[in-house]
Amino acid sequence: MKITKVAKAGTLESNDILIMVKPNEFGKTELELESIVMQQFGEVIEQVILHKVQEMGIEGISIKAQDKGALDYTIAARVETAISRAI
Amino acid sequence: MKTILGREIPDYIKGYGHVRPFQGAFSDVGVKTRTAVRLTSVIPNDQKVLPSLEDALDKLNINDGMTISFHHHLRNGDYVLNKVMERLAARGVKDLTVAASSIFPIHAPLVEHIESGVVTGLVTNYISGPVAEAVSKGKLKKPAIMQTHGGRARAIESGELHIDVAFLAAPTADTYGNVNGVYGDAACGSLGYAVADAEYADKTIAITDHLVPYPAYPIEINQVFIDYIVKIDSIGDPKGIVSGTTRITKDPVALIIAKRATEVIKASGLVREGMSFQTGAGGTSLAVAAELKKIMQHEGVVGSFASGGITGYLVEMLEEGLFRSLFDVQCFDLKAIESYRDNPTHQFMSASMYGNPHTKGAVVNNLDIIILGATEIDTDFNVNVTTGSNGVIMGGSGGHSDTAAGSKLAIVVTNLMKARLPIIKDKVITVTTPGESIDVVVTERGIAVNPKRADLLEKLKMTKLPLMTIEELKLLAEKITGVPKAVATSEKIVAVIEYRDGSVIDVVREVDSVS
Repeated sequence: MKITKVAKAGTLESNDILIMVKPNEFGKTELELESIVMQQFGEVIEQVILHKVQEMGIEGISIKAQDKGALDYTIAARVETAISRAI
Repeated sequence: MKTILGREIPDYIKGYGHVRPFQGAFSDVGVKTRTAVRLTSVIPNDQKVLPSLEDALDKLNINDGMTISFHHHLRNGDYVLNKVMERLAARGVKDLTVAASSIFPIHAPLVEHIESGVVTGLVTNYISGPVAEAVSKGKLKKPAIMQTHGGRARAIESGELHIDVAFLAAPTADTYGNVNGVYGDAACGSLGYAVADAEYADKTIAITDHLVPYPAYPIEINQVFIDYIVKIDSIGDPKGIVSGTTRITKDPVALIIAKRATEVIKASGLVREGMSFQTGAGGTSLAVAAELKKIMQHEGVVGSFASGGITGYLVEMLEEGLFRSLFDVQCFDLKAIESYRDNPTHQFMSASMYGNPHTKGAVVNNLDIIILGATEIDTDFNVNVTTGSNGVIMGGSGGHSDTAAGSKLAIVVTNLMKARLPIIKDKVITVTTPGESIDVVVTERGIAVNPKRADLLEKLKMTKLPLMTIEELKLLAEKITGVPKAVATSEKIVAVIEYRDGSVIDVVREVDSVS
C-alpha cells in the first residue's frame, strides 16, 4: 500500500513522539530519527517504527520522528495513526 | 586501583596527582589539622576601599598558575565571576584554577577562557550548563575536581585547596570590609558558602554594589578577613539570584512519591519531639515537607531544626512553631531572605558548620531526616547526581553526600523512569554518594530499603507501603522501558569526584557526543 499525503501524529511532550510521514517518490522507506535517548534506545526505536511500517504493508514512505522518550507502544501507535491519516 | 565500591581508578591522574581511593564514609576521621593563614596586617589609617576593579587587580598581583575563588550565592544571576575573569583574561593571565563553589549557565563565558588557556583547572561542587558540557567534552586542560559542600570547606581549611585570591560577591559591604547578604539590590541572604574562602585565602576582596558607611549590620563575614573592597555598578541580576516564590509540585506522580516518603518517615519513628529535617527546593522535596507538616501538626510535634538551603516553605513551618530554629547556608527565595534577616531563630550556618567532616561536629551529624534526589541509583544504592544518564556532567554533590552521611534516615525520592530512562541501574555511570549512606529509595511504583537497614525494613513491613527489593524495582522499570544500551565513554578523565573527606569516589570520563 502507498500513502498519498503528508500527515502527522503525536506531540513533543515528554514521553511522547511526533511522527511526520510523507510519500517517498523513489518508493523507498526512509527514516530520520531524533531522540533524547538516542544513545540508549535509538536502535530499538528505529526497529519499532520500521516494524510498524512493514506490518501495515506500506511502501514508499519518508518518516521524520522526533522522540521525547516515548515507550514502544506509544511509538507504534503514533506511527500507525500518522500512516492512517496519510493514506 | 579500586575503591571500596569496586570502581577502577588510576593510582595517578595527570593534572590531579596521586589518588587516595574512597574507603568508606567514615574511614578517614580522627585527629586533623587546619592550615595556617598568611595575611598582611592592616594598621590605622590604611584604606581598604579601592577605586576600581582594575586598581584591585593591580594590587592583587594575580600571576599565572594561581587559584582564585568565588562563591555561588548569586547563582544564575552572578556577574562577579564573569567580570573578574574578563579582566584577568584581558591582562593576559594564564593557567588559572577557578575554585567556584558552584557554576551555572550564566558562567558560559568561562568556556572561552578554558579554550584560550586562561583557565586550566576547576574546583567546584556543582556545574550546570555550557561549562559542564565543555568539561565533559574534555576542553579543560586538567580534570575538574568536584567536591561536596562540606568537602570544599574541609579542603580549604586543611590547606589542600589553597586559594591565592578570594573574590567575595557582597550584596552589602562597609568601608572596612564587613559584609552581609541581606541588603542591597543583589540581596541573597545567607553567605554560608563564602566563609572558608574569606577566612583562608591569602587575599580576600569584597566586590559590592552596595557600599555602606562603617559599620554594616548585620555582619556575616567580618572585617578581619577582608583585604580590599571595590564598588562596581551591579554584582548580579536579582531575577537569577532567587525565585520569587517556591511552589509545591502539582504533578500527581511526584505527589504520590512525596506522600509515600512521608509515610516512610512516620513509620521510621523519627516524627518525634526535637526531630530535625532537611529537604531541597525541588517540587517533590517541597511536597514531602508539606506532607510532613500535616503529620507534625496532627501529632503535635515540635522539631528542633530544619537546615540547608532554605525556602519560604520551611520559613512557614518555623513561623507556625513546627521547628524551633532554621540553619541556613543559602536562601532560595525572597521569603527566606526576609526571615533570615528579621528572625533571630533563623540562623546562619557556614559550609564548614553545615557539612565539613573534619570539624568538631557538623550540623549534618545532628540531622534526622534528609530528602535527596537522584539521576541514577544502582542496586548497591550508590547515587549519581553528577552526570546524566548520557554521561555528561549536569550537576554535582552539593550537600548530597554530606547530608546522606550525617543523617539517621536518608531517603531518595525519584520517579522510577524519566523520559524512558529507568533510574535504577546495575551500576550508576558516576558515583556521587555511596550506597552505605542511603537508607531507602521511594518511587511511584515501589519502595526499596537498603538491606543494611534491617531495622527500618521491619518497621516498614508493618505498613501497607509497596516494599520490594531494589532488584525487583529495577526489573519493574526495565519491563516498561526496555534495557538501555550502555553509554560509550573514552578513557580520558575529565573530572575527579572527591568524597567529602577528600578521597576519590569516582571519575568522569570524556563522552564522544554531548547531545
